Amino acid sequence: MPGREELLAVLRRNAPRETPPPDLSRLGVKYADPLEQYALSLKGVGGACLRAADLPAAERALAELPACREARRVVTLVPGLGQGNVDLASLSRPHLLEGLDLAILPGDLAVAENGAVWVDASRLHHRAVFVITQHLVLVVNAVDVVHDMHEAYARLQEQPIGYGLFISGPSKTADIEQALVIGAQGARSCTVVLVG
Amino acid sequence: MNPTDRAEHAVDHAAAAARFVADDARAHWHDQALWWVRKKRDVASSAVPDWELLRDAAAGIKAHTLSRLAAYLEQFEQQATSRGAQVHFARDAAEHNAIVHRILSERGITKLVKSKSMLTEECHLNPYLEARGVTVTDTDLGERIVQLRHEPPSHIVLPAIHLKKEEIGELFHAELGTEKGASDPKYLTEAARGHLRQRFLEAGAGLTGVNFAVAETGGVVVCTNEGNADMGTTLPPVHIACMGVEKLIPRWQDLAVFTRLLARSATGQPVTTYTTHFHGPRPGGELHIVVVDNGRSRQLADPTFRRSLSCIRCGACMNTCPVFRRSGGYSYGWIVPGPIGSILAPGRDAAAHRSLPFASSLCGSCTDVCPVRIDLHHEILAWRQEIVRRGLLPWPKRAAMKVLAVVLRFTWLYRLAGWLARRVVPLLPRGLVYGRFNGWGKQRELPPMPRESFRDAYRRHRART
Amino acid sequence: MPTVGLFIPCYVEQLYPQVGLATLRLLERHGCRVEYPEQQTCCGQPMTNSGCNDEAKPLADKFLRLFAGYEYVVAPSGSCVSQVRNHYQQFLDGRPGFEHLRRATYELCEFLVDVLKLPRIEGSFPRKVGLHQSCHALRELRLGSGSERKVAPFNKVQLLLSELQGIQLVELARQDECCGFGGTFAVNEEAVSCMMGKDRIADHERAGAEVVTGVDMSCLMHLDGLIRRERRPLRVMHVAEVLAEAEGLS
Repeated sequence: MPGREELLAVLRRNAPRETPPPDLSRLGVKYADPLEQYALSLKGVGGACLRAADLPAAERALAELPACREARRVVTLVPGLGQGNVDLASLSRPHLLEGLDLAILPGDLAVAENGAVWVDASRLHHRAVFVITQHLVLVVNAVDVVHDMHEAYARLQEQPIGYGLFISGPSKTADIEQALVIGAQGARSCTVVLVG
Repeated sequence: MNPTDRAEHAVDHAAAAARFVADDARAHWHDQALWWVRKKRDVASSAVPDWELLRDAAAGIKAHTLSRLAAYLEQFEQQATSRGAQVHFARDAAEHNAIVHRILSERGITKLVKSKSMLTEECHLNPYLEARGVTVTDTDLGERIVQLRHEPPSHIVLPAIHLKKEEIGELFHAELGTEKGASDPKYLTEAARGHLRQRFLEAGAGLTGVNFAVAETGGVVVCTNEGNADMGTTLPPVHIACMGVEKLIPRWQDLAVFTRLLARSATGQPVTTYTTHFHGPRPGGELHIVVVDNGRSRQLADPTFRRSLSCIRCGACMNTCPVFRRSGGYSYGWIVPGPIGSILAPGRDAAAHRSLPFASSLCGSCTDVCPVRIDLHHEILAWRQEIVRRGLLPWPKRAAMKVLAVVLRFTWLYRLAGWLARRVVPLLPRGLVYGRFNGWGKQRELPPMPRESFRDAYRRHRART
Repeated sequence: MPTVGLFIPCYVEQLYPQVGLATLRLLERHGCRVEYPEQQTCCGQPMTNSGCNDEAKPLADKFLRLFAGYEYVVAPSGSCVSQVRNHYQQFLDGRPGFEHLRRATYELCEFLVDVLKLPRIEGSFPRKVGLHQSCHALRELRLGSGSERKVAPFNKVQLLLSELQGIQLVELARQDECCGFGGTFAVNEEAVSCMMGKDRIADHERAGAEVVTGVDMSCLMHLDGLIRRERRPLRVMHVAEVLAEAEGLS
């Protein structure tokens, strides 16, 4: 491919003198109470944090939420949680998820500094489920709350990454006169349940 | 005239800015809106105890990456390919557009959804595809708004910041059938949600930009708030990710630095709602990564302007710039406006964009907010030198500087000129002093002419003591 | 007794001699032996500001010749001092005397605080004062921490002023936004320049200032021009004038 060879050659030719990568070890933030900070951060981005001692307690907490109570079409990928009635694997295309009211998905870790949850979406039969749903519930073990992104990325590096994302609160936009609107094109609400 | 072509013609920033300022209420409204975003950035950054260390790290990672860019690009290509992605290389905008079109036409795709990519704006991709029968829907709300108005975005992060909600309401009434006179942002956003959802469901391919490309893992990372990039890449089976070569970063771990800086700098949020990491296509799908040069390698060679290749397109420099706030993105005549645009645009076409490096008071605020520590105001100043060197400074200005230089070199001449000004100016009729040729005097009084110079005052002081 | 070469910005020399006088008196009051090299003209910033570096070089040469021998060089201007400290190396790098000159050239307030280490300026200035943070002084010389960076807050100019008896430093909505002078920018981009200046003035007025002060007469000249055209009830005074008046040196 001529484009490739030429591009690599010109980048080599034009490169400045090599400088070493910086030391990142002094970076990061530590919170006295990461779980409390997580809840604060999530609230700040328009989400809600629930604490539950175990899955049954989580089930009871979710039952209180209007988004869960009123949901007619539900996907749940957390065994023992939620009244799922849509089987992802049975759908031939993700487009059939349009109209999904609620998705309950597991998260691998939660980040205290910014309210994010890491969702390994490579395991999802249809990736669109986390964004096409009207409402989103993410379930994370409380012990998997980390302080900051440095810790998060370090933890995630331990397993191979396919397709994954940090989700921080519900979708939002401020594109119209800087007025914050929660619920832009993805989920209108995001509830994170910390279990344990 | 093709609407996006408007962006590429030489713009006299001063003239365009004067027109913007002339609508005083609107200019102040625009200024306040962007100042508010700057303040949100301040709140977010001050909550991060290691903020300045993060900026050092980001600058260092980018500098290191640029010094080994070819090697990292090769590593990225190898990793991405091993994950099943197809990596394409484009030397310029024409090649980029042809590659994207070929991917679509080979698969018979005529409906494309796009999330934000400044690179594709730079390459004028939309009109290229539209001319070849592809319907392109910009799915970022701000971008969709300007697309429906047939205008370019006026800000790289807040594309419709120049528009009032009533104007958007009118637009949506005409294009989406919303109620006449309705301007509530929530109502309008909801209407856009429904409209865009249809486009996502019907699209044959989704195109995104790339915020960061990780050499170590072969992954591309896309950061958004609305969910449009994720809708566009999880519904259609084909994902095309377009990136400039400078988007590369070496390692997975480096993402922590940038994801902690980006949203805080751009909008004052601790992180974007979605930070999606793509490694290879989804099962049954395709991932195409188009890597573009389009002048970046030339910029890499230039020791003066190479640092600005580190730009992560956060827009913080625009929000803090007192001139950008009072002149608006369209006054810059290029897809990336503001301080960073005033450096990148002349690099592309110095003659067309020669007014941009002078569209600055060199206050330095941009440099202090840049998350990757680009020395923006000094690069802007360096462009002024370059413009003079290339003979592009208008000759009256050049001549005035030469005359001034002579006066200032010879002390007797300098003293004479000052003495004349102090003696003569107070005697002249006001109409003459504040005539057409007095640029200073249009809205300002001249300083009152003192009776004596400092040297005279100094000599008197010495004589007394 | 420190020996100071007094560096007077060209517009102060020609249009605001009282600022130079105030500077001179302050320095002498605080124990300096001050000389004013009479051949000085201009630091060359109007040229470098316009990209005309060839025209600036002879002025840099002249400056070095005139000021090389002084223990300290002090100017009542942040932007002129920044020109010498930050932008002269392209002209004078390696020349004998330049390294010393670069390290020895100070803006007035930083000289009082950092070199003379004045504990305070004794005196009273019972007025409501708005401090305009001139950009070069703030971001090029780091006379203050600035609103953009996350660093421990400090401001040398504010420190000196706040010590004066009776002074009330008003709180601005935008504490360090540029006034819009910017050198040739003031004329080349006249519309934006004046809008910026008027916005600063409105901020000071709303905050209740009677006097607007700062370390750069260029900023103040621009603001004063707008103030007088619009007949706003504000007076501009350079910090040197404020301090000198407080110390009874006028």
